[in-house]
Amino acid sequence: MHITSIPSELIWAVWLLPLAAFAIISPLIRPFPGKAEPASYISIAAVSLSLGLSLWLLASVWQMPDHQLLLSGFNWLNISGGPVFNFGLLIDPLSAIMLVVVNSVSLMVQIYSRAYMRSDPGYLRYFAFISLFTASMLGLITASNLLSTFVFWELVGLSSYLLIGFWFHRPAAAAAAKKAFLVTRIGDVGFLAAILLLYSHAGTLDITTLHSLAVTGAISASVLLWATLGLFLGAMGKSGQFPLHIWLPDAMEGPTPVSALIHAATMVAAGVFLVARMYPLFEAAPHALTIVAAIGAFTAVFAATMGLVMNDIKRVLAYSTISQLGLMMLGLATGGVWVGIFYLVNHAFFKALLFLGAGSVNHATGTFDLREMGGLRIKIPWTFACFILAAVSLAGIWPLAGFFSKEGVLSSAIDKQPVLFGLAIITTFMTAFYMFRVVFLVFGGQYRGSHGPHESSKTMLIPMVLLAIPAVASGWLNANGGFERLLNGAATHGFWLGVVGVLTHPMAWISLLVVGSGIFMAYAMYIRVWISPNRVKWIFRSLYAIFTRKYWMDDFYEKLIVGNLLYHGLFQAFQWLDKVVIDGAANSVAFVTTGASRMARRIQTGQFQLYGIVAVLGIVLIALIALVRG
Amino acid sequence: MSIGLTHYLIVSAVLFSIGLYGALSRKNAIVILMCVEIMLNAANLSLVAFSRFITPDQLSGQTLAIFSIVVAAAEVSVGLAIIIALYRQRKNIDVSNINLLKW
Amino acid sequence: MGINIAFWVLAILAVSGALIVVSMHNLLRTALGLILCFLSIAGLFITLSADFLGIVQVLVYVGAIAVLIIIAIMLTREVECSNMPSRFKLLALLSGILFLGVAIWVMLNTDWPVSSTTPAVPTTATLGNLLFNQSGLVLAVEIAAMLILAAIIGAISVAREK
Repeated sequence: MHITSIPSELIWAVWLLPLAAFAIISPLIRPFPGKAEPASYISIAAVSLSLGLSLWLLASVWQMPDHQLLLSGFNWLNISGGPVFNFGLLIDPLSAIMLVVVNSVSLMVQIYSRAYMRSDPGYLRYFAFISLFTASMLGLITASNLLSTFVFWELVGLSSYLLIGFWFHRPAAAAAAKKAFLVTRIGDVGFLAAILLLYSHAGTLDITTLHSLAVTGAISASVLLWATLGLFLGAMGKSGQFPLHIWLPDAMEGPTPVSALIHAATMVAAGVFLVARMYPLFEAAPHALTIVAAIGAFTAVFAATMGLVMNDIKRVLAYSTISQLGLMMLGLATGGVWVGIFYLVNHAFFKALLFLGAGSVNHATGTFDLREMGGLRIKIPWTFACFILAAVSLAGIWPLAGFFSKEGVLSSAIDKQPVLFGLAIITTFMTAFYMFRVVFLVFGGQYRGSHGPHESSKTMLIPMVLLAIPAVASGWLNANGGFERLLNGAATHGFWLGVVGVLTHPMAWISLLVVGSGIFMAYAMYIRVWISPNRVKWIFRSLYAIFTRKYWMDDFYEKLIVGNLLYHGLFQAFQWLDKVVIDGAANSVAFVTTGASRMARRIQTGQFQLYGIVAVLGIVLIALIALVRG
Repeated sequence: MSIGLTHYLIVSAVLFSIGLYGALSRKNAIVILMCVEIMLNAANLSLVAFSRFITPDQLSGQTLAIFSIVVAAAEVSVGLAIIIALYRQRKNIDVSNINLLKW
Repeated sequence: MGINIAFWVLAILAVSGALIVVSMHNLLRTALGLILCFLSIAGLFITLSADFLGIVQVLVYVGAIAVLIIIAIMLTREVECSNMPSRFKLLALLSGILFLGVAIWVMLNTDWPVSSTTPAVPTTATLGNLLFNQSGLVLAVEIAAMLILAAIIGAISVAREK
């Protein structure tokens, strides 16, 4: 069935619509504090339209013979006699898929937020910022050169800062927003360095041109290596890879829908997207992919260990996100663009659903602490159903979505690097364990808290149910290899062959076994209590201490680097420079002036006879000059 | 040698310089006034000398000298009145105490 | 011949009178030196055929100004040792000498257009004509009268006892 292709003007509307929503809502923040409802309508309307357009766009891209569309846009920066920077759009299957994902998750989150943020005084501000974020993310996905990507990258970081620090009068939230911005900034330095390096060696920042240059070997391998490392540093900041992961758990201070949208599904995926976007460069650079894979696998295990011991439901989900992002990087590096992006798409849906479920649980019990929950499967059944579906999908049980994406990562990992495969398997085990620890602690057993839990409103439940559908089913997108074909050009095979046939590989059974044992262990510890969690804590107490202290990474950053190195070291030097050198220079100008004037003041004695003498001497001098010069 | 213009002019210059020195270096206000009178007289002398030697039939130098004397008289009277008022104020007429012309 | 001797004597007297003014410590002696100077200059005027002016010099300067100065000296009570040099003595000396040098140099090096016409004596009539003629300086005379009036009023108002 052939659908008419989307006209190019409407493609611009995909990211311009949410931007327009932001522009419309923001001037209204001050004048109309009371009537806040229309803001959400404007924002949701913009995102729905954008979603419709992006679905149409995806269909058009599917039909196009070369699956690519390049809109040259307009001349943005024209330095006379020098470089010219365009502002255009690059639409290929990668960006079309990402557009649909971002728009759908954003739409669900915004509908959910209508109920979640209902009584919040910052309602207007919230929807303005969410629209800004959506617009920036869409712009980042469709940017056609690295400079506009960087612009949107920064805008996304800004929106994240604004939304994490949404309740800015809480010091913890303000500090978390600052931390997020600063840590991602470190990554952005790498990104910027990569841009400069690529521009100076390749003469252009246009993405398609860079791809062809990298493939043909026009850029030297060492330059490519440094450039890709710089790009990956930026991705590490945004996607929370070790050691720049410390901001993600703190970012849970923001509202839960924000965590769902930004820190689970979309913004943190921007790093993965960047690596996928610039994949030909990574392929052409020696060892770049190895480094990406190693860091990704390490982060996966590292974060999963910390997720095992957290008592705050959102913190567990945050560490889970970091760990899954590590697996995405591993998949990208070992299996190609389609493996990582497939995992990203699936993860977006079920992680967003998990966060929205956590928000619903919070609405019911008034807390995020796992120790005060329990037995909620009876009290909030709808939330329970959605949450457990998402948890099962995340853990990776056939035939839900997470299984297929995890399959992709594990099979490519074992092909390339068995060590990394080992790390990935350990991660899978821990993922299943901590996820079901959460499920059993929250929904199983008896209610341990003091609140009166009640089910959430329909406005919150409907988006959750709608998200549950892709959380379960998005794995089947690749059942016939269609996903891979879209990104890779590989051959397709039958649908049921893909869904069922995967079970014929031994890899599938290994991963199912690992997942099953994880779930069983959680069941054993938290439902049947055959082994009490406290006893396990005691046995592994040193490991427990390491995990709960987050490997002392926060202390390392704050005390050592910020406290001593910067605060007492570098900043003291700057302060000395300012006080002694610069202030000294300014003050000495003043001292010289006042000293000179103090000396010159002595001429004005007030004695008129002195004035008379000076006058006479002056006359004599003038007369002499006149006489001498004739 | 016959007395010419230059002789009178030199006398006038010497008188003027003596008056100048006195006006600039004496502490007593009345003495300063006296030295100013000497200077004015020296000027009158050179005026009359010019009138006598350069335009003897037009007495323009002498008329100017007459007006100079008039002005000198007026100035002395006002100056002395000021000095007396000053003396009444401060009980001495030392000009080194008159030093407010500086801000 | 007689004029030459008169000139030299009178010149020396005038200069010594001025020197007395600037160097004597006793105020009354300086006043007398001033009178000597005035009288010598009156004499010099006479040698320059300015007879009216010489008399006017004696009348006004010696008769009025010098007397006024002596009255002021009396009124300010410090007579004995009050003509002291200020601390600018050397500078003033320097400036005086420099000025003298410049003036003499100019005077000696200028080509004065001396004419040899005989002067008009007596000068009274001519002066009177010049001053009070309609096409003369009668306006200046009137203004001078105004000036004197202003000076009188000013002096009285300044020196008045409150």
